[in-house]
Amino acid sequence: MSAKTIFEKGRAGRCTTYVTPPGAPPPDLSQLPAAALRAKPPALPELTEGEVVRHYTGLSRKNWAVDVGFYPLGSCTMKHNARLAEQIAAWPEFFAAHPLRPDGSAQGLLRVMYETERMLSHLCGLARFTLQPAAGAQGEHCGMLLVAAYHADRGDRRKTVIVPDSAHGTNPATAALAGFKVRTCPSSEEGIVDLDALRKLVSDDLAGIMLTNPNTLGIFERDIQEICRIVHDAGGLVYYDGANFNALVGRFRPGDMGFDVVHLNLHKTFGTPHGGGGPGAGPVGVVETLEPYLPVPLVTEGPEGFRFEEDRPKTIGRMNAFAGSVLIALRAYVYMRLLGTAGLRDVSGSAVLAANYLKERLSTVYQPSHPGRCMHEFVLSAERQKDELGVRALDIAKRLIDLGFHPPTMYFPLTVPEALMIEPTETESIETLDAFIDAMLQIEREARESPDLLHDAPHHAPVGRLDEVAAAKSLDVRWRPDSTGEGAG
Amino acid sequence: MNIRDDLKYTSTHEWLKQGDDGATVGISDFAQSELTDIVFVELPEIGRHLDPGDEICALESVKAVAYIYAPVAGSIAAVNEKLRKQPELINQDPYGEGWIVRITPDESGKSAELLDAAAYKQTLEKAG
Repeated sequence: MSAKTIFEKGRAGRCTTYVTPPGAPPPDLSQLPAAALRAKPPALPELTEGEVVRHYTGLSRKNWAVDVGFYPLGSCTMKHNARLAEQIAAWPEFFAAHPLRPDGSAQGLLRVMYETERMLSHLCGLARFTLQPAAGAQGEHCGMLLVAAYHADRGDRRKTVIVPDSAHGTNPATAALAGFKVRTCPSSEEGIVDLDALRKLVSDDLAGIMLTNPNTLGIFERDIQEICRIVHDAGGLVYYDGANFNALVGRFRPGDMGFDVVHLNLHKTFGTPHGGGGPGAGPVGVVETLEPYLPVPLVTEGPEGFRFEEDRPKTIGRMNAFAGSVLIALRAYVYMRLLGTAGLRDVSGSAVLAANYLKERLSTVYQPSHPGRCMHEFVLSAERQKDELGVRALDIAKRLIDLGFHPPTMYFPLTVPEALMIEPTETESIETLDAFIDAMLQIEREARESPDLLHDAPHHAPVGRLDEVAAAKSLDVRWRPDSTGEGAG
Repeated sequence: MNIRDDLKYTSTHEWLKQGDDGATVGISDFAQSELTDIVFVELPEIGRHLDPGDEICALESVKAVAYIYAPVAGSIAAVNEKLRKQPELINQDPYGEGWIVRITPDESGKSAELLDAAAYKQTLEKAG
């Protein structure tokens, strides 16, 4: 059953008339170049308001969201988004604030940004944060540009950045985009950075290393201080990918571990909306030596109040047209004020507890990637199910949809075959965790007794198993009318 | 796992066939099964010079992007144009129709460490 696009609905002549304000002048098109003007009206669909409403409401009902149910995507930290943050972000004083209004009339918003920056610096043990980057990956890119600026300022043409083999793809991608050559460091059998391998990769061309802690397997890099020492001794900088900060928030500070530059994901650790409900926000924090290079504008406090500071001679420049995801920073501010330091400690404590509870129970039938305690997430391997029963991680994931759960992250990190990466977060009840465990145990039984149920899953979803290969090979992202309707372009 | 005896292999899972027309390169049966369905091959430009271990090009599957590396020093003499429309040839026939590039070796004679079929098989068994 494929959904109809809105272009395939409605009927010619059917439309909704909206009232225009009396006295509003018609738009003056004379200023536009002739080539930009249409000869005929565009082929827009013609529907009543009710048909439009039903179309989009119907689409929204086919969505899964954290507001609908459990969403245990590893490394995504799909925690509940506090409604108070949404309410405050909707206040017209914030929501309708023009990004170019003079600083003097934006003191409330600027103060929120300033205090958010102070709180993040405190949580991370760092000197200063920029709130500009509008996504985690843009935060990583910003961090890599800061590393490049630091070395360039010292006349040091270092070109190499190291990432572990378990790294998220955005790490090497942003390093490459910032002009670096990326080298991969293998993990030890314990799943953490192999110190001997790291020492072999270090040279005087080393600009820095990018690390996540805990890493993408949910394992704490216990040699982190030694790693920082090795890299610092070679003249490089240490970058912290804050994707997994939910395991450490309120308890450990990246600055104390030796990291020089850090990005956080407000849409992960700080409970702001994800993805399509976002936008994201990837603020970047630095030690004092990197402060001069931070992007502008930076919110500063002065005798006349708060203002956007642009005059910073060594800045890497702007990351965005305006000040970044400001209303997202506001939501993170509300989140941190709601919880306080004690509450944030509870966040990481409960997140790690929930993950270990799931790991203990699920390890009775699925193979964990590594034995022992995990942090806020863990990875299971379905390799035994694949070899013995012909059931793959993909099949398990699809069957979870039938049982009312969003699947976990699959096939990442690449170092684990048939990987399922599970992160419950701290905002799930014990009832939800137990229901998820029961579903995973049921699927394991089905794998042994009726594997076809899994191969053809999902059976109860708006769309069934997709032909991803065909979709990737014949990529078509544009609808075209098949009639003689013009406007197809 | 199909490993042809008449080919040489690298530790990064490329196979190499030396001939009068140059060194033909592809990926092993093990590599294509790990990658799963290949949906796109970014073929390199003809004439580009490579040292052993340099990236030849990227292979994209639904699961991952993998790079293949030059087993010998030389320049790219030919690419398998069929892979533009039919990247799945690499999965279906990795040693035949799924060949990827042909390299004309240069005078340096430099190459990566090349394994015969038995040695390559051993590396797979050790890892697996």
